[in-house]
Amino acid sequence: MEKDKVPQDQSNLTKNNVKELLYATDENGNYTTTLSTVWEPKTIALSNSIDEINERIADARQQVLDGEASPIVYFMEINKMDLTILASYVGFWKWRVKRHFKPSVFASLNNKILQKYADTFEISIEELKNSITK
Amino acid sequence: MELTFTHHQSAHCENGVASNLLKNSGLNISEPMVFGIGSGLFFVYLPFIKVNYAPAISYRTLPGQIFNKVATRLNLKIKRQKFSSPANANKALDENLKNNIPTGLQVGVYNLSYFPDEYRFHFNAHNLVVYGKTDKDYLISDPVMETVTTLTHEELDKVRFAKGAFAPRGQMYYPIQIPNEVDLKSAIIKGIKNTCRDMLAPMPIVGVRGIKFVSKQIRKWPVKHGTKKANHYLAQMVRMQEEIGTGGGGFRFIYAAFLQEASVILNNEELKTLSKEMTQIGDSWRDFAVEASRIYKNRSAKEDAYNTIADELLDIANREEIFFKKLKKAIS
Repeated sequence: MEKDKVPQDQSNLTKNNVKELLYATDENGNYTTTLSTVWEPKTIALSNSIDEINERIADARQQVLDGEASPIVYFMEINKMDLTILASYVGFWKWRVKRHFKPSVFASLNNKILQKYADTFEISIEELKNSITK
Repeated sequence: MELTFTHHQSAHCENGVASNLLKNSGLNISEPMVFGIGSGLFFVYLPFIKVNYAPAISYRTLPGQIFNKVATRLNLKIKRQKFSSPANANKALDENLKNNIPTGLQVGVYNLSYFPDEYRFHFNAHNLVVYGKTDKDYLISDPVMETVTTLTHEELDKVRFAKGAFAPRGQMYYPIQIPNEVDLKSAIIKGIKNTCRDMLAPMPIVGVRGIKFVSKQIRKWPVKHGTKKANHYLAQMVRMQEEIGTGGGGFRFIYAAFLQEASVILNNEELKTLSKEMTQIGDSWRDFAVEASRIYKNRSAKEDAYNTIADELLDIANREEIFFKKLKKAIS
């Protein structure tokens, strides 16, 4: 990539103005470093996966409201986690976490277990139980 | 408390930390040099592991390997420590700062408060240097940032003990011994040989054959998984290739910069020609990303579009196969 072709696109995603360093060739074909703002194909990929996450969050929310899933599923999506990551944060086997996804099982969990989820999501037990249905 | 440490921005975190730590200890070595000697260039496709609900594709070797290989090849000694409790991890870090040692850490990205939100996801193989401490904060040199930054004590605990794949477990590392004279020439040759071996490996999911395999899979994605999932897979692949840290084109430009530097040190004109060729291959990876982004932007991709980019990828793979064979010859 030549230095003057290094992309400096604008994006409405990145407000914080992070510039990344790229290696590009100067007019003599020698490598040098230069800063790049954002590049459109990347921005689209990123906004695609943000849309994806938002969709998953909306789905999870609906499932909780319909009584098909426990609030743990919703907060897992909010925190961009999946089953594996969540299980390793709370320190339970995956099958156990999966069981806690069921509203009936969730309702019977004691505070000690709920506290682990609440700590992981950085909320209170109260919020974990009630914040969606309210 | 603040140690003297010069922050240089770099494209990739691990090379950057390695290069910055070594520069700080008096060994002037550039980021591309670290990447090349440490044989960082790689390709692997792991369809059975899902990252963000898409098959894992990596353009680099495992975290930690680059610096370890650099250390062996240049005869440096690096100390690495992992911890079971945050308290011990903090004690060891504070001890290091007291002894005037800027320290490299492996951390998770999700709780790095200075990153923009959209870059914060659960990825645990990020690297940064801690070079000081105040009452409230740790002073941080994160090589992908333009300038130095800070994290509060609690935030640093969180990122050091992030969970999930490649959990850092508080890992810290720093050079403890650097020889006065290093043999760059033999290290470069070892690094290049290692990369050629990786990229030409006779395994279906690794190196050039891995790229060909992905190209074959891409053709099947829209039929097998439906357009939506196929688009998501493709977007994830482009993110892995171009996201902050790769220097663009799936590390190809950093590698080309390394070959150019190596051609001067080894006095080998052939490497300079090959550096130019690698640049062109990197440009083709960028073109591939542009074409792929057209597909997932429109969301209604025809099967034909997938075939077109699969062809493009196959072409890249074929060119890289020829390239690495030539590279192997050029240094033997």
